[in-house]
Amino acid sequence: MFNNLKIVLHQGKQYIPDIATAQVPGIFRGRPVISTLNVDEAELVEICPTNAISGNPLSIDLGRCVFCGECALAYPDKIKFTTDYKIATNDRQKLIIAEGKDEPVDLNPELIRKEISSYFSGSLKLRQVCAGGDGSCEMELNACSNVNFDMGRFGIEFVASPRHADGVVITGPITSNMAQPLQICYDAIPEPKIIILAGTDAISGGIFEGSPALDRDFLRKYKIDLYVPGNPIHPLTFINGVLQLIRKRI
Amino acid sequence: MNYTGIRNNETIPISTIPELDYSSFLELNVFTLLNTAGSHCVSYFGFPWFDKIKLICCIAKDEQNSICISSSVIDMKQPLPSFSNYKLVFEKFEREIHENFGINYTDHPWLKPVRFPFNRFDKSSNIANYPFFKIESEELHEVGVGPIHAGIIEPGHFRFICNGEQILHLEIQLGYQHRGVEQLFLDKKKLLQRVVLAENIAGDSAAGHTVAFVNLWESLCKFQPGRDLQLSRTIALELERIAVHTGDLSGMCTDVAYQLGSAVYGRLRTPVINYFQKWCGNRLAKGLVRVGKNNYPITQTLADELLVLFEEYEKDFEEISEELFSLPSTLARFEKTGVVTTEQAALVGTVGMSARMSELKRDIRFSHPHDLYPELRHEPVLRNQGDVYSRGRIRKKEIDQSMGYIRELIQNLPSVEAADQLGNPIPNSFAISLVEGWRGEICHCAITGDNGDLIHYKIKDPSFHNWLAMALAVRNNEISDFPICNKSFDLSYCGHDL
Repeated sequence: MFNNLKIVLHQGKQYIPDIATAQVPGIFRGRPVISTLNVDEAELVEICPTNAISGNPLSIDLGRCVFCGECALAYPDKIKFTTDYKIATNDRQKLIIAEGKDEPVDLNPELIRKEISSYFSGSLKLRQVCAGGDGSCEMELNACSNVNFDMGRFGIEFVASPRHADGVVITGPITSNMAQPLQICYDAIPEPKIIILAGTDAISGGIFEGSPALDRDFLRKYKIDLYVPGNPIHPLTFINGVLQLIRKRI
Repeated sequence: MNYTGIRNNETIPISTIPELDYSSFLELNVFTLLNTAGSHCVSYFGFPWFDKIKLICCIAKDEQNSICISSSVIDMKQPLPSFSNYKLVFEKFEREIHENFGINYTDHPWLKPVRFPFNRFDKSSNIANYPFFKIESEELHEVGVGPIHAGIIEPGHFRFICNGEQILHLEIQLGYQHRGVEQLFLDKKKLLQRVVLAENIAGDSAAGHTVAFVNLWESLCKFQPGRDLQLSRTIALELERIAVHTGDLSGMCTDVAYQLGSAVYGRLRTPVINYFQKWCGNRLAKGLVRVGKNNYPITQTLADELLVLFEEYEKDFEEISEELFSLPSTLARFEKTGVVTTEQAALVGTVGMSARMSELKRDIRFSHPHDLYPELRHEPVLRNQGDVYSRGRIRKKEIDQSMGYIRELIQNLPSVEAADQLGNPIPNSFAISLVEGWRGEICHCAITGDNGDLIHYKIKDPSFHNWLAMALAVRNNEISDFPICNKSFDLSYCGHDL
């Protein structure tokens, strides 16, 4: 007992006091900023492994970007990845960052269903379904609930059963072999319910886009309430995105 | 010679691999090559070869630091005697060959589906109709778990046959994570696409699989990596080991309801993965390892930060570990739970940490060293009980060892050299790369065609061997001990399903 108390004491304070203003250490690749400098666009488009970069005008689609950073290394004066981790949104179009634009990515309030804030603003229980995810987004979703990020303080928790859940968080490009289990899980969640796509693989298929082993029909059937880009997602991206989504609105 | 002996990361012309008739091929691999404790099968696969199938078998000889490659060309319609009938280590490799090409074996113990790939031979078999083993009895009951589990983990189905609370038999059905990775290696033609694919094979082994890929590719292109490249790769592998082992110790504490251990190990992992972010911009080291170039060389500042990190980490890590491994309530759950004996481990051919906890000395860093491992003269950490406790202790010891290695490596930082131009892969070649990831032996094999492009890419994650060991470990244990057994192995679903 005494030993355990000593250990607790030695940990000090580990939690991040303010989730919304926390700084990430080092050279995190978050929201990119593209300058209006003239460069060889065709070459930039060619560099990207997942066709996230489009030309004329140059833009990066964060829903397809795997954040490898090779474009910024090749053209450092054209593309810079900032440490702005708040890149989650409910509007798929807002994930496309055009050149000359340095504005935060946020949610489009008009697209948020009314029942979301009235039902979930104080408490949100989520069921996670990994459908071909490589385990990295899953680790970061677990990290959301650890003592550092402590998402539980906002009443947001992951639960074991879809029956207890208010929504589903999908990771991975959705394999054919997981298509049916995902559907069964979603159907078991009581209404009203939300869908969150966590990670580039879930949003667009990422590097797996076009693989014959995928079945993404599920996504064509329902409205997506939140897109959280990243490879993997950063816990701060996820938590801030969800908080924005369920915030009390008048 | 009826086989070719090559080194780790060596490229040879495919024509130099002897092609044997099937019965000599079986004889050679099963009886001649696989005859000592230090020899094990690192990969065995088939691929289309004109209108037939070419089988390639790779047996590693740990004492000689060599890998013996042999091949045989077979007709798809001809039923064959199986390797598995003599040595169970080939069990899953042959199931895979059967599933992909419809080759039938006359005496395989159980030719069940492996992962239901999109290009499987028998399209009528699908993941919803897997043929589970059954026992008829009024006293026994079955418990099905998954594919979606209670926590945030990857999907897989576990089917238990229980006698009361006791597990008699566990069958593990995988394939839910199948993304067609091996085919994508052929379809995606850009080198960067292939590196990104390697990074996404298994997110907890981003460094492991990517180092295997880049070493293989550089060997195919006859590119010699400079010392700073090798240093970064070696440090990335060891740091990944520290991070995942720490996270696993946290998970093991969670599963025996030791909340303090869970919280402390969980938060100790954070600065380690944050270090990856400082180094390369990603907490799980995605973006760090590249073919033929080093985007993020280790600077003196980074090296100093690492030393400070270890100093702070070590204090708390040693304190909590001392408590965890002496606390009666945790020891009662860890000791003699989920045992895999040395005989069982050798029988199913476990690799990595799962082998070493059963006193099987299998470690690529020691037997087939690459990058800077030859200088470290690695001596594997071994335990002999094969239980959950051993798997926990090995993690603790390996973390200490890895910190020691990194401290040694960063004493003298090499100057960053301008890398040579990367050439094209040599046509009609075979190359193999082995890496000891934190989970165990990762094996990548590539075969190039006439124009130097890939015609086959084969990936083997250590989980491919180890899932069967987990199924054996839980026998005769209480079903309530299944979570701690599963966590203590921490095997990959996506690395298996590919």
